[in-house]
Amino acid sequence: MSFLKISVSALAISTVAASAAFARDNIQAAGSSTVLPYATIVAEAFGENFDFATPVVESGGTGGGIKRFCEGTGPTTADIANASRPIRDKELADCAANGVTDVMEVRIGYDGIVFASDINGAEFAFTPSQWFNALAAEVVVDGKLVPNTRKSWKEVDASLPDQPILAFVPGTKHGTREVFEEKVLHAGCKATGAEDLFKAAKGDAKACTLLRTDGVSVDIDGDYTETLARVAANKNGIGIFGLSFYENNTDKLRVATIDGVMPSTETIATGTYPVSRPLYFYVKKAHIGVIPGLQEFVEFFVSDDMAGPEGPLAQYGLVSDPELAATQAAVAAQDVLKK
Amino acid sequence: MSTPSSLYVADPRSKARRRSESRFRLMGLGAVGLAVAALVFLLSSVLGNGLGAFRQGVITLDMTLDAAIIAPKGTDPEALQKVTTIAYKRLLDRELAQDLAAKGLSTEGLSDKAIAGLLSQEAPAVLRRMVLADPALIGQPIRFEALANGRVDGFLKGRVTMESAKLDSNISPEQLTLATVMRDAGMLNLSFNPSFLTAPDASELRPEAAGLGVAILGSAYMMLIVLCISVPLGVAASIYLEEFAPQNRLTDLIEVNISNLAAVPSIVFGILGLAIFINFAGLPQSAPIVGGLVLTLMTLPTIIISTRAALKAVPPSIRDAALGVGASKMQAIFHHVLPLAMPGILTGTIIGLAQALGETAPLLLIGMVAFVRDYPAAPPEGFFDPASALPVQVYNWTTRADPAFMERASGAIIVLLLFLIVMNAIAILLRRRFERRW
Repeated sequence: MSFLKISVSALAISTVAASAAFARDNIQAAGSSTVLPYATIVAEAFGENFDFATPVVESGGTGGGIKRFCEGTGPTTADIANASRPIRDKELADCAANGVTDVMEVRIGYDGIVFASDINGAEFAFTPSQWFNALAAEVVVDGKLVPNTRKSWKEVDASLPDQPILAFVPGTKHGTREVFEEKVLHAGCKATGAEDLFKAAKGDAKACTLLRTDGVSVDIDGDYTETLARVAANKNGIGIFGLSFYENNTDKLRVATIDGVMPSTETIATGTYPVSRPLYFYVKKAHIGVIPGLQEFVEFFVSDDMAGPEGPLAQYGLVSDPELAATQAAVAAQDVLKK
Repeated sequence: MSTPSSLYVADPRSKARRRSESRFRLMGLGAVGLAVAALVFLLSSVLGNGLGAFRQGVITLDMTLDAAIIAPKGTDPEALQKVTTIAYKRLLDRELAQDLAAKGLSTEGLSDKAIAGLLSQEAPAVLRRMVLADPALIGQPIRFEALANGRVDGFLKGRVTMESAKLDSNISPEQLTLATVMRDAGMLNLSFNPSFLTAPDASELRPEAAGLGVAILGSAYMMLIVLCISVPLGVAASIYLEEFAPQNRLTDLIEVNISNLAAVPSIVFGILGLAIFINFAGLPQSAPIVGGLVLTLMTLPTIIISTRAALKAVPPSIRDAALGVGASKMQAIFHHVLPLAMPGILTGTIIGLAQALGETAPLLLIGMVAFVRDYPAAPPEGFFDPASALPVQVYNWTTRADPAFMERASGAIIVLLLFLIVMNAIAILLRRRFERRW
C-alpha cells in the first residue's frame, strides 16, 4: 500500500510546516521596483562579506511593500519596506493599528526621472509647461480652459520638432508617476496659469494632473523594459525612465533636457535638474535583534562603501545623498519616525 | 445516365471531388506549415539570444595574493573574515594593470578605473571565497580566472559593438580595444559556463555572474511537493469516484466542479494560496512549500481527470473476471485495474507536472519573485527556505535594466524547455511502452 505511505509522509510534511514557520534567519525586504536594484546590490555585497544570510528582496511597488510591512510584527511579515516616496500618514496609522509602532526611516539617496526617445530620433529640450500643454486633458488657450487637441510637439511650442505627440507614462501604481505629476505636470500647470483657472472653475487643482485619453498618453503598467520596448517599436514615442535605467541603455535612448539642464548624477545632486526624488527604506525596529543581521544590514546599506559617491550604488545611477553622514548617525542611534 | 462512363476517365463530379480533397490537403498542409514556422521562429529567437548564456568571457590573470592588502591583520580565520570584497577588488584591479604591463599589452589612454572596469564585480567575491577556503594561498602567485564584465562579455559575443560602445556610458571603445588586444594575447577567452546552471541570481551590476542554481532547486522542490501530494490525493479521489461512489446528484456536482477547476485561471490559485497558506496558516513567504501546495491545487484536477479516463479505459471484463473468482472489490481494483491503468495515470501526472513547472502567475502572488541568493537547505527544512523558480527567474530577468539579462532570460528559457521536453518525452515513452489497448 505505497499510496498510503506517500500520503502519510505528505501529511507529516504539512505538520512540520506549522512548527518551522516561527524562525527566520534571513532579512526580508519588499517594495518599490525603483529601489529594488539598489537593494539587491547591497544584499549581494552583504551576503558576500558578512556571516549572515543574504537578504531576500522582493518587488511589489511602494504601496504594496508598505502594506506588507505594516501587516504586523513577526517572522511572516517583512522587515524592510523599500519606498520611492515618503511613507504617508495614513500608512503609518495603519502600521500602528497593526502593532508596528517604531518605524525607522532611512533615506538612501536621490533618483532622477528622465525623458528619453529613440537614439536616432530628434533632439528635445523640454520645460514642464510644454509637458503640461502636451498631455493635460484641458489646457489654457487665450485665457480660457479648452480640451487639449494638439497633435504635434510643434503645436505645443514652436521650438520643438514637428513630431506627433506620443508619451509612455508610468502607470498610477508607480512611484515615478507621482513624481511626474508633481514635479512636471503640476509645475507646468502653475506656470501656464491653468492652476488658477482650474481652482476658479472646479474648486481645486486636481485637473492639473488629469491626462488626455485620446491615445497620445499611454500608461505603462509594466516596468521600464516595457517602456523601452514601446519606444523602440514607435520611434515617435517619448518614454519616462529612471535615471539608472537610462544610464544602462544610453546606446538606445536619447535623453531630453528639462529647463535646459541635462539629467546626470551631478545636476541632480546640485538640484539644478528639477525632476528628482529621494528614495527611502523603512525598518521595523521591533525586528532589530530578532532577525539576525538586520541592524548590520541597515548600517551597511548607508555606509560610504555602498551609498557613498564612489560606491556601487552611485555607479548604478543613485545620486548620493550629501547628508549621508546624518543618515548614518540616525541609523546608528536607531531613531524612529515620530507621528 | 446518357453516356457510359469509363473507369479510366474521371467524370466531372469525380474531378470536383478530387479537387476539393486536394484543396483540403493543401489547407491542412498550410496550417501545419504555419505552426511549424511559428515554432521555428520562436526557437531560433530563443536559441539565438540564449545560447550565449552558456559561454562566458573569462580573463586569465597571473597574480600574487598580496598579504598587505588582503591579510593586513594576519591570516587567522577571524581576521580574514573582516577583510571585505572591497580590499579584494583593490588587489585585483592592481594585479590586472600589472599583469597587462608584464605581458607588454598597451593600456595607453585608459585610466586605472577604466582598466579595472573590464573585470566583473563578482571576481573579488570569488577570490575572497577562494582565499577564505584556503588561507595558505596568501602571498603565493596564482593563476586566477576572473569573470569579465558583462559589456566585455557582450563584445566577445557580438552583442556590444564599437558603435554601441561610443554611446554607452558603461563601456568605451578604448576599453573594447584593450579587450581585443587581450583576446589576441590569449588573456581573454569565451569558455563554457557551467555556473549558469549552478550559480545563484546576481544583482543588476553583475549580469555576467547570474545563474539558475537557486531557481532550479526551487523548481525541483516544488515539483517534489506536487508529486508527493497530488498523486496520492488525485489517484485516491479518482478511484473512489470511478469505482466506489454511487451515481447521484452529488457525485455529478463534484464531477462538474472538478472539470471547472481544471479550467480556472492559475492566478486564482495564487490568490487562494496567499490567503490560506501564508496569511492563515502562517507559512513563510517565497518558500517552495507554499509554491508546491499552490501548484498541487492547480495540478489535482488534471491528474483526477486523466486518472479517471485511464480507469474507464480498463475493460469491465477485467473487473468481472476478478470478482468472478472471488476477489473483493478492492482486490480487483488494486491488483488488476490499477496496474493496467498505471501508464495512463503516469502520463497524466507527468503532463500535469510539466504544466506546473512552467506556471508563473500563482507564484507572483506568494513572493517567489524575489531576489534570492542563498541556496535552500536540503529537504525537508529546505522546503521552508526562500527560493526562486525557473519561469519566475525568466520573468525576473526580463524586467532588469541591463540588456545582458535578456541573454540570461533566453538561456533560462532554453533550460526550462529542455526540462519540459524531457518530461514530455518520458510521458510519451511510458505510453508507448506500457499502454495496452483493447
